Amino acid sequence: MNVPTDLKYTESHEWVKLSKNNEIATIGLTDFAQEELTDIVYLDLPKVGDEIEATTECAVVESVKAASDIYAPLSGKVIEVNQAVLDDPALVNEDAFGKGWLFKIKLADPAELEELLSDSDYEEILSEKERPDDDEDEEK
Amino acid sequence: MSAETQLKRTPLYESHHRLGARLVEFGGWEMPVQYDGILAEHNAVRADCGVFDISHMGEVRVSGPRAQMFLNHLLTNDLAKLAVGQGQYNLMCNERGGTVDDLYAYRIGDDEYLLIINASRIEADVPHIRHVAQVFLSDPFEAELQIENCSDYSGAIAVQGPRSAAVMEALLPGIASEVKRNRIVWRSLAGENALVARTGYTGEDGFELVMPAEAMAAVWELLLKQGAKPCGLGARDTLRTEMCYPLYGHELDEETSAIEAGLGKFVALGKPAFVGKEHLQRQSLSGTSKTLVAFRMNGRSAPPRPHYPLVVGGEAVGEVTSGTQSPSLGVGIGMGYVPPICATGGQVLEVEIRGKRFPAEIVAKPIYRKNG
Repeated sequence: MNVPTDLKYTESHEWVKLSKNNEIATIGLTDFAQEELTDIVYLDLPKVGDEIEATTECAVVESVKAASDIYAPLSGKVIEVNQAVLDDPALVNEDAFGKGWLFKIKLADPAELEELLSDSDYEEILSEKERPDDDEDEEK
Repeated sequence: MSAETQLKRTPLYESHHRLGARLVEFGGWEMPVQYDGILAEHNAVRADCGVFDISHMGEVRVSGPRAQMFLNHLLTNDLAKLAVGQGQYNLMCNERGGTVDDLYAYRIGDDEYLLIINASRIEADVPHIRHVAQVFLSDPFEAELQIENCSDYSGAIAVQGPRSAAVMEALLPGIASEVKRNRIVWRSLAGENALVARTGYTGEDGFELVMPAEAMAAVWELLLKQGAKPCGLGARDTLRTEMCYPLYGHELDEETSAIEAGLGKFVALGKPAFVGKEHLQRQSLSGTSKTLVAFRMNGRSAPPRPHYPLVVGGEAVGEVTSGTQSPSLGVGIGMGYVPPICATGGQVLEVEIRGKRFPAEIVAKPIYRKNG
């Protein structure tokens, strides 16, 4: 599973890319998330100027099968939304860490950065995810 | 999941795992919802050939000298029209005219019929069928009518898509010209007796194969070898929604009738009394308070989903029963019940999605047509 080392992560499978001075955060869905969702057909994203609050629902991603919430990794004001991904939501499937970015915010509280996961923490969460399937079989 | 709610596994469970399927609960079974992805699987069925494990479907065999008379009392369509080797779509009603299940009835012998019923309804259907038999025929009726639930030892595979005839020819030479639409024949598949029907739930040409569980894995492998793409319940749902085929629990339930669902052509009001007839006849003559419509979104929106409100003139008049992004049309589509006054083609309506309203319009069924 692709987990770039220059990004921060959340347990709910969002990624965060910080500007040099930690003022601006670009937010997207991880490769794991897009693969779980598959066939993304619609995105409901916040608008420029919206204030979002860390760990609360701020957007919705729709696959053919289901709608899923996206959680704000950090609090702040939305300063840019990726129009290309609104026009072609499949970009999230094709390039989750690149062209498939969702929106940018101006951070309200840099102290929240402490709460984000490093790439190695996130990879650990992903590797734990592979276990439950095996446990289930033992109940047979 | 606790041990008490252990899901049933199909004979193809190992194969689904190997193919990387994502498994979900459906009607008490652990079923593949997708392998590669719903869009790719949907498109394979529209353009080429896809195969579906439909072992969760239930099979009930009804036989004996009174079988036809009994089924004509139990079901809405006219079973007397079925010659041996033919099948037809039917509804099974309760006394209120509501729908206990929708099913396919095949005549597989002079006095022998096979009913293919929904997985989620096996536990409701079998007691209902036995109860109707007890009321209709004087007890004990076993000498004249046998009702056997074969669901647990039968498996089934659907082969669907424009190339399905060629795929089936490779397994059973001559089958495509021999088995026309809605026909069924017995054939040997993987050394077992199997029923091969020219039916499906996708709107494409296709076959449904019903066989003993032991033959399933071998037949599945033969189909994959022919290049048929394994498809899950996700694609099965988008394909049937484009065709406006009802799904029990969505468009049909015990409070909803065949007339309301727009399935009147499968109700033979001309035949003698059958369960639910009075209600269906009355609805057919004097109308209903709701009717099933198909709609498509006008422009970009989130896909409509079940229970989203349908709004006409600012007022909620019904709700979505099935909805999805249409992979074939690239737009949101769905079905839902509205008052008949709102049910004309071209009627503008809105679908309320997370508190916002998006424009849609009522369209003729099916929503998707092969040649535009």
